[in-house]
Amino acid sequence: MSTTKKFTYINRKAPYGSVYALESLEVVLIGAAFEQEVQLVFVDDGVYQLTKGQETDGIGMKNFSKTYAALGDYDVNQIYVCEQSLADRGLTLDDLQALTYEDEDDDWAEKSSMNLVNREQLSDLISDADVLLNF
Amino acid sequence: MALEVNGKSYEVDEEGYLANLNEWDADVAAALAASDDAELTESHWEVINFLREYYEEYQIAPAVRVLTKAIGKRLGKDKGNSKYLYELFPYGPAKQACKYAGLPKPTGCV
Amino acid sequence: MSTLHTVNKSPFERNSLDTCLLLIKNDSTVLLIEDGVSGALQNTTASQSISDAMQEGVKFAVLGEDLNARGLSADRVIDGISVVDYAGFVQLAADHDNVQSWL
Repeated sequence: MSTTKKFTYINRKAPYGSVYALESLEVVLIGAAFEQEVQLVFVDDGVYQLTKGQETDGIGMKNFSKTYAALGDYDVNQIYVCEQSLADRGLTLDDLQALTYEDEDDDWAEKSSMNLVNREQLSDLISDADVLLNF
Repeated sequence: MALEVNGKSYEVDEEGYLANLNEWDADVAAALAASDDAELTESHWEVINFLREYYEEYQIAPAVRVLTKAIGKRLGKDKGNSKYLYELFPYGPAKQACKYAGLPKPTGCV
Repeated sequence: MSTLHTVNKSPFERNSLDTCLLLIKNDSTVLLIEDGVSGALQNTTASQSISDAMQEGVKFAVLGEDLNARGLSADRVIDGISVVDYAGFVQLAADHDNVQSWL
């Protein structure tokens, strides 16, 4: 098995209100072991998964927003956030966690994993994927 | 199931993982190791402490590949390889070290 | 009869809030909870319909614990929406004759 496939995860749900966001994150972490190319897309209410400063003590649920910062360690460093979805919700990229990874091929320099994309780029991401996983 | 340490009882699951990670301390770690007939050395503690810190920051136990890479960065190349880590934790570095660190089984560990 | 309307779905994903605002009486209160709290923020595509309902006399509240969980700070909530805690939720339920939960 030498071929690498492009796995594209489409995340469209807010965290905590339903289990989709957490399930997606767990599948991504488990799937990372297969060393495929992984892209995470956050669109519609999915953009709420990445907001900074989540504090879940009050609702008695695990704050899994901290786990997104570990994605770089798992070589998951292609994160795409829909520009329009942010704007519709009164949010900007500054409201989201600045996820990074360390580039092994560039002396472990810290680089951003975050990419703001428009509808056209999003459309291309979906049509270029080998495997689409929806949450 | 329960584990007895210094007269106190700690709940563990059927595989011996601590149910409540906040109850963990060094004595509990030693007792968890003792139930596998293992003794914790300074080298074991380096890995256990790293795992506790990683969990605190990211709320997950790292997969073995991630652990190996991170240990190499933190403690040097001679320790960031699976041979070294398997010698310390023959049942699997992520699985066994997480158990002694009082963490849940790593995500993706089947 | 005064009614407390709770909305727990995101206004960007479901039409629960829209239907609630279409059918609500002007002296009622809407409490946004769970994924519904995203509707309480300023400058969203849902903000105008909430402001319009407020003009008509509908009162709005949002559950602070659910805002915090989602990293949405109370100072970004639309002016006039009160941020309540769980005790405030209970008080609102007690202060109204009935509760309508828009699931």
